[in-house]
Amino acid sequence: MNLDYLFRHPERVLDLTGEHLILSALAMFFAVLLAIPLGAAAARWRRLTLPILGLLGAIYTVPSLAFLAFMIPTLGIGRTPALIALAAYAQIFLVRNLVAGLRGVDAATLEAARGQGMTGWQVFRDVRWPLALPVAIAGVRTAFVSTIGLASVAAWINAGGLGTLLFEGITRDDPSRILTGAVAITALALLADALLRLAERNTAIARARRAA
Amino acid sequence: MDLLRQSWQYILDNPDRFADAVSVHLRLSAFSLAAAIVIFFPLGVLAARSPKTAPTILGVVAAARVVPSLAVLFLLLPWLGLGVRPAFVALTLLAGPPIVINTDAGLRGVDPAALESGRGLGMTPAQLFWRVQVPLALPIIVAGVRSAAVEVIGSATLAAFIGAGGLGQFITSGLTLLDNRLLLVGAAPVALLALLVEGSLNVVERRVTPPGLALSRGA
Repeated sequence: MNLDYLFRHPERVLDLTGEHLILSALAMFFAVLLAIPLGAAAARWRRLTLPILGLLGAIYTVPSLAFLAFMIPTLGIGRTPALIALAAYAQIFLVRNLVAGLRGVDAATLEAARGQGMTGWQVFRDVRWPLALPVAIAGVRTAFVSTIGLASVAAWINAGGLGTLLFEGITRDDPSRILTGAVAITALALLADALLRLAERNTAIARARRAA
Repeated sequence: MDLLRQSWQYILDNPDRFADAVSVHLRLSAFSLAAAIVIFFPLGVLAARSPKTAPTILGVVAAARVVPSLAVLFLLLPWLGLGVRPAFVALTLLAGPPIVINTDAGLRGVDPAALESGRGLGMTPAQLFWRVQVPLALPIIVAGVRSAAVEVIGSATLAAFIGAGGLGQFITSGLTLLDNRLLLVGAAPVALLALLVEGSLNVVERRVTPPGLALSRGA
């Protein structure tokens, strides 16, 4: 088993890496858009917390291949169902951390902000949100790493990306493609993890905590 | 709904094929999970007990976790070929990380005061481990086994791609043959199975939580 395929077709591997990254990033973008209202609602109303997190946990429990299969009769194959599946799987990580971050803010801190005459919106924008942000970004990091891995399965429904190399490797009995695909996906996931760790450390609150 | 009825009819028409796939799926998942517990629980214990090896073990496990399940299944091809054997090895490896991580976290999280009381009662190190540490850590360890079980059932579906059979087989044939019935014959039972296992291990997790611990957590 070797990386021959990578050295013989670097431009194709690069193209597929780009496709993989775009698919994953686009899914994350939609996932975050959905997770913010869901997370805010679950954090705000205690009665919603368990049902929302339970439902998102159940979605994550459904095997990826089954999830894609459920969508084929109505949505067919390709990028759209892949994006929907990836965005759905990411929800549990995003919403769980958003709830933990928003709820984790010390009550005394909020009280102090209100005592200074801040309005409800100002308390959210200037106190609660910045304090929750590192935890929320940690959720994005976990979700993104998981999405990059899951996106390899999406090649099965012709959504492109590096999973294509894995499936080609199996059907053509070409281990070099499998290894190339596996290494590229893993590298992409590690890179995303490192970049988001950096973002986590560079939030205003994380910098302030280090300075203190 | 009509499609669901057709899928049900397919199962009624091919009971042997369906039962066979369910049986392969269940056995493959159960054996892999059992093997993973036997191998990786001790590794988690080792990580919790030895500060010297812990960073190495947990580092390797964290890195291994990043490799996608599909890649782990496919990477064994050159050595183990296709079929149930490579699937079993891959699924066992995939079940490892949550078991190691949670065993380590659970054992480390045991209140030192509880250990101290145990020692004060004259317990031997083995008694301390099995009668104090493990029971107190058990809910977290079971949560790790739950994540591992869900991962194994999901990845066992992907194992159809390497010829291991199971319920994933219906899903892959469903797409190849453009037969929507087959897609659901595989997808619906496997989704139910995953949810059922997750739900029952949730119950086990609550059952094994010592009453004192549940109280202090609830407060």
